[in-house]
Amino acid sequence: MAVVLLRAPLSQRAGNTSDHDLPGSTVGEVLRELERRHPPIVGWILDEQGRVRPHVNVFVNGERTSEGSAVGPSDVLHVLPSISGG
Amino acid sequence: MTELLVGTKKGLFVLRGDPQVGEPFEIVTRAFPGDVVEFAMRDPRTGRYFAAHTSGFYGPRLMYTDDPTGEWTQAEGPSFPEGGDASLERIWMIRPGEADGLLYAGVAPAALFTSTDDGESWSLNEALWKEHQAGDWQPGAGGLALHSICPWPGDPLRLAVGVSAAGVWITDDGGQTWHTGFDGLVPEYVPEEAQEGTSALCVHNMHRAPTRPERLFMQFHGNVYRSDDEGSSWQEIKAGLPSGFGFPLVIDPSDADSAYVIPLVADIDRVTPDARVRVYETRDAGSTWTAHGDGLPSNEAYLTVLRQAFDSTGHGRDMQLYFGATSGDVFGSSDAGSSWFQVHERLAPVTSVRVA
Repeated sequence: MAVVLLRAPLSQRAGNTSDHDLPGSTVGEVLRELERRHPPIVGWILDEQGRVRPHVNVFVNGERTSEGSAVGPSDVLHVLPSISGG
Repeated sequence: MTELLVGTKKGLFVLRGDPQVGEPFEIVTRAFPGDVVEFAMRDPRTGRYFAAHTSGFYGPRLMYTDDPTGEWTQAEGPSFPEGGDASLERIWMIRPGEADGLLYAGVAPAALFTSTDDGESWSLNEALWKEHQAGDWQPGAGGLALHSICPWPGDPLRLAVGVSAAGVWITDDGGQTWHTGFDGLVPEYVPEEAQEGTSALCVHNMHRAPTRPERLFMQFHGNVYRSDDEGSSWQEIKAGLPSGFGFPLVIDPSDADSAYVIPLVADIDRVTPDARVRVYETRDAGSTWTAHGDGLPSNEAYLTVLRQAFDSTGHGRDMQLYFGATSGDVFGSSDAGSSWFQVHERLAPVTSVRVA
């Protein structure tokens, strides 16, 4: 199982939990499983086509990735907002 | 007491006050702080409030509540069907339809969504989306947006929508088929030899006259138009205005000859002309226009008023009018525009104004 680490407000929409052990072989699969278990987070990280939103970064073991990137069973995913805005 | 829903770049402000007093309204609550609230409205049939907001990080969504000072619930949609290319960028407009529970949402990329359960869930109008995909629809500066929705009073099968920049689309069968309303619209922003037959028609705002529903008024990109044939064709009515450019437009629902616009200098300089703020009113279907500025900034005022940031309630000479600017100022009138007062100042840049 990969570990997904969330911060507020995403953690609040995922059962008020920051750490999630989730199956999946790609970033997209892992995050879809997160959505399946916590429907309030649907649409917040991935758009309706399964793409990581442009201003959200998903790091796997410290490397910035996209929805198609491979994930291993002991990998750690950090989901963070981009440094952007106005 | 009047309640205003003011969408801004930094949240939704709910303001309440008595327009007869002519003093600033109080802020009752601020919702969605930090997020852009592109549009907010209250469905008068149910009392339900809607707010379309976009997180800069986590995307757009539609929320609803019966109490804007309390908790909001996220609607199921609008969102595009999985398996395609499109994803929701922005919700521009929510509009009640002409049947119980029926609402419409106009979004970017330009599409129409329908709800039949008072806004709790939404489905894409597939027929108009196919027109979008088959056509050469081009975005305006604000994106490729369906932002104006004009139901036909009493008939849920008839509807006209305005798209920037893909013109007017009309249905007479509840959205199963659509036809265009392009005749007479002149896109002066494209070369003359390319104007004929183009769909690059940048509608900025469109409203139907309820007492004479075959009549519509339109603020276009550089012109103001009127249609007397259900939106099929359009006549220019900008003579008498300082500019044909602007974004919002409202009407007096009791007077089919009425329209109000707030002109800006031009597309290359989107501020109020002559450094003063004036609202222009017609009561003869666009033959003549009257400028109203009593109580509005009259010097060194370079305001921009966006397309959803102007609204009215009531009718006739007691009609209330409200608009907000990207300066964060909101203005109101309780006498159909003859005189104005400052509803609030120093809010965040205003994206929409609606009377609750």
